[in-house]
Amino acid sequence: MIDTTDTVLPVVGLEIHVELATETKMFCRCRNRFGDPPNTHTCPVCIGMPGVLPVMNRKAVEYAMRVGLALDCTVPELTKWDRKSYYYPDLPKNYQLSQYDLPLCEHGLLEVPLDSGEMKRIRVLRAHLEEDAGKNVHDNPAHTGVDLNRAGVPLLEIVSEPDMHSVEEVLAYAKAMQRLVRWLGVSEANMQMGHMRFEPNINLHITREGRTYKTPIVEVKNLNSFRSLERAVAYEFDRQYDEWKNDPEGFDIRKKGKQNRGFDDATGRTVFQREKEEAHDYRYFPEPDLVPVTVGEEWRRRVRASIGELPLARRERYMREYRLTFKEADALTQDGPTGDLLDAAVAANADPKRCVNLLLSRGAALANERGVTIAEIGLTSEQLSELAQLTDSGDINATAAAKIFDAMIQSGQPPRAIAERENLLAVKDTGQIEAWVDDALAANPQAVEEVRAGGKKQKKAFGFLMGQVMQKSRGAAVPAEVQRLLEARLGTGG
Amino acid sequence: MPDTIDADLVRRIARLSRIELTDAEVHTFARQFPAILDSFEKLQELDTDTIEPMAHAIELHDVFADDVPHESLTPDAALANAPERDGDFFKVPKVIGDSQ
Amino acid sequence: MSVLNLSAVELRDALARGDVSSEQATRAYLDAITARDETLGSYTEVLTERAIEQARFADARRGGGEAPQALAGLPLAIKDNLCTEYGRTTCASRMLADFRAPYTATSVRKLEQAGAVILGKTNMDEFAMGSSTEHSAVRPTRNPWDPDRVPGGSSGGSAAAVAGRLCAGALGSDTGGSIRQPAAFCGVVGMKPTYGRISRYGLVAFGSSLDQIGPLTVDVRDCALLLGALSGHDPLDSTSLDRPVPDYLAAVDRPIDKLRIGLPREFYSDALDPEIASALQHAAELYTAQGAEVVDVSLPHSRIDVDDQGNLSSYAVACYYIVCMAEASSNLARYDGVHYGHRTSRDVDDIIDLYSRSRAEGFGDEVKRRILLGTYALSSGYYDAYYNKALKVRRLIKSDFDAAFQRCDVLLCPTAPTTAFRLGEKVADPLTMYLQDIYTISLNLSGLPGLVVPTGTSTAGLPIGMQLIGPVLSEETLLRAGRMYEVASGVSRLVPPGLEFKVRG
Ligand SMILES: [Mg+2]
Ligand SMILES: [Zn+2]
Repeated sequence: MIDTTDTVLPVVGLEIHVELATETKMFCRCRNRFGDPPNTHTCPVCIGMPGVLPVMNRKAVEYAMRVGLALDCTVPELTKWDRKSYYYPDLPKNYQLSQYDLPLCEHGLLEVPLDSGEMKRIRVLRAHLEEDAGKNVHDNPAHTGVDLNRAGVPLLEIVSEPDMHSVEEVLAYAKAMQRLVRWLGVSEANMQMGHMRFEPNINLHITREGRTYKTPIVEVKNLNSFRSLERAVAYEFDRQYDEWKNDPEGFDIRKKGKQNRGFDDATGRTVFQREKEEAHDYRYFPEPDLVPVTVGEEWRRRVRASIGELPLARRERYMREYRLTFKEADALTQDGPTGDLLDAAVAANADPKRCVNLLLSRGAALANERGVTIAEIGLTSEQLSELAQLTDSGDINATAAAKIFDAMIQSGQPPRAIAERENLLAVKDTGQIEAWVDDALAANPQAVEEVRAGGKKQKKAFGFLMGQVMQKSRGAAVPAEVQRLLEARLGTGG
Repeated sequence: MPDTIDADLVRRIARLSRIELTDAEVHTFARQFPAILDSFEKLQELDTDTIEPMAHAIELHDVFADDVPHESLTPDAALANAPERDGDFFKVPKVIGDSQ
Repeated sequence: MSVLNLSAVELRDALARGDVSSEQATRAYLDAITARDETLGSYTEVLTERAIEQARFADARRGGGEAPQALAGLPLAIKDNLCTEYGRTTCASRMLADFRAPYTATSVRKLEQAGAVILGKTNMDEFAMGSSTEHSAVRPTRNPWDPDRVPGGSSGGSAAAVAGRLCAGALGSDTGGSIRQPAAFCGVVGMKPTYGRISRYGLVAFGSSLDQIGPLTVDVRDCALLLGALSGHDPLDSTSLDRPVPDYLAAVDRPIDKLRIGLPREFYSDALDPEIASALQHAAELYTAQGAEVVDVSLPHSRIDVDDQGNLSSYAVACYYIVCMAEASSNLARYDGVHYGHRTSRDVDDIIDLYSRSRAEGFGDEVKRRILLGTYALSSGYYDAYYNKALKVRRLIKSDFDAAFQRCDVLLCPTAPTTAFRLGEKVADPLTMYLQDIYTISLNLSGLPGLVVPTGTSTAGLPIGMQLIGPVLSEETLLRAGRMYEVASGVSRLVPPGLEFKVRG
């Protein structure tokens, strides 16, 4: 627990590794695919065999630029590749191709929505491309197996400034980044598949009696879920505060160097990772086998154009033009296609609010059941706008709309066709409704009495009769019309 | 400027280079390196403050390949030269986790 | 008449005419190898069956009346640091003693697509690190002119095989002089082309920003023939030049009028063996006699200094060794006994043991020396003093050449400070061995082409080679200038003593 006399400001910067969803690897043309049998996507280049040379994947560079430009980064005229040296069996050349002093993207910004609805601005220091390592498989207790399918997959490392001061901010930033890269179509950002990995840098600025103390910075390595990110950061806040409390003078950023820790999911604790003394001597130098990349205005313009409307801008527009609440707008801008669906339906003259209700009721429910986005449940903008218009015109009621929604996802048919087949079209024909009313009144003299008698039972009895009529119409009668006729016959109301 | 090369420094570099040296080798290298490094010192005579480093013999830029898959090796071909394999994995002594 | 005394061009024409079959020619070379390579040691592996198959295929193809290929049926040898799907690719190292590449180097594929027969892989200093081929883990190669002397290195096997007529031509690789110095020592023609002219894909890397593949042949026309077949853009090599390839062979016999020949005064110092100096002097006179103009130029940063104890030093040598050792330390990091190559059989506690012991057992002294020094030059705290400083000096060296080529078309230079030295003479002293490269490394640093042409033999009967250096992509000029010399001097196709073929001009 934090002493009331102390004010503690957590300071967190986050490194996010994002695997780019290219067809092929960064420097060879092996498939970039997850989950296949070991060493089925390897070649002399990604095995790092003698004599091979890397050739840059243009698509990967464009994907990285897309992210950089979406983050308002500077994409410099000249960027180059460097070798980063360290020995590990999943790194076949024992150096990693990365970008050291001239990254592809620098000095960006991501605006992150907090639950309060308030916007938090988090600065991005740099985003650079590198090649991923393979996988060390530890199934066997006696030894390790190396699978190089992932070796050489393009990886974008996005490094933030230390601008986050709470677990909530860290999570919000990480999730906003996931939404952005999905939105841009550059990564599936699927945690289970290791498409996104986090490395938070954490320390505390503690003020006690007017004096400020800074705890040593800890980098927690290789977190691959939001949950473990959340737990690791929260754990470090407590751990560092406790360590500091025991030794306010000694546990100090000036006295202790940066420390790497791993997160143990089982215990929820971070554990110190001791390293070889030379572990950080990466011996970076310019990669002689690759030539620099020059990014001209023309190329930058083309990539910028390919980005289109960004999620926050779109959410803004939905609240302004469609008069949606923050929650509605936010829900509809988790991915691009769902919003595209809405915009297309509206363009076809459907009422935005109606469409949104349909999307966020049955749409969201179905999406949830199937674990996909609303756009992925297989709904066309034509279906959506037609259904919205049927509802508007009162041709169908809410219950029918829900039935039709599900049916059209099933069959892919247009809503009107379904409504007719299932005869869910509202009955406006007064004669027909009167007939149902007469039957209902004849069949329930008791209720009729209670209504006529007035008094406390009246309301309940009237509702009962309403229900009877609706039942006879199998939900197709327009309720307002039923009520009007009932009142007329029973002489109640106006 | 670089400190004088001694046996300890040779051992440190050897660790960084992942090469196990015998004591005899350590001493041979510790004897040979100073003369070689001295000859490198000659470059310090030159004023290069305004000179751009030249990493490539010929200056080219923007050489790319299209993102189109080519055939990969079969696992057997990929592992054909492996000193030890475990099924279709390269086999090594126990290590912890993946590289940073 | 033996096919062994034909040049590659002559043999190719004889094959085309059907005077001799590729199988006959190939067998003649294979027999010569059996008879003489025992002592010479120029091959690490001879691909007998495959070569004969290839030869038969070439003969059948010609019989089938298909369009003749540039190298149809021509038996060639390739340095053992070029990857081939057949045989082994060992780099004359224990580390790769059993390595079988799953792919073939682009340069070798181009030779085969042009119809060449590959006789085998040639010996070299381990991983191309050396100037004598004594650093081969297989065995040293001997100089056909004197078995007690080295053939030079690192492409000593290729140079000796060509000089000893154990192939019609060969591929070498040149990182600091590894084609040119052996060519000079063995009395053959050797070229290091412009960086990027020939694809490096499949060449086992030593100094990636310096390495270039090139031909070794008995004369300049053969060099033109092979260079034509090897040159051109390769999408698998990002540093490969996408520029048209001239018909070198068609051009080579056209003399250049008003050729401007530059003599870099820094290269004509006391450091140079007087006999070599006078050979170059004589060459310059022959050119002037043919209307060439000789101009004095300066390459200040390639200067060779001699201190009062007579020790040589040079900016270029320092710059070169820092760059190539740094790049080598990184390029050779992959040999760790995990994915291929030698793995220690001693039991290990952990992966670091596995790495350190496998590498200790797999690499020879010179390779270890360069990896250690290169690692040091790149390690934190020293990068700016060594590697980055070297890259800056590299630009100074390059701009000296740019300036010189404002005033001349080619530079006429020595290749090595001495003729072939004795086995064991320098191997114990790495620094003097490194100084073998003082006249050759500046080109690799600058990416420029260089051609070595024999000028005859010394009083001791050892070959001397002159080096012609040109601007980027001036290979055609160099070949024409080299051929001019052959014609004017009548010196061509030197034959080592004991190989008494009737040599036709
Ligand atoms: Mg990284
Ligand atoms: Zn690959």
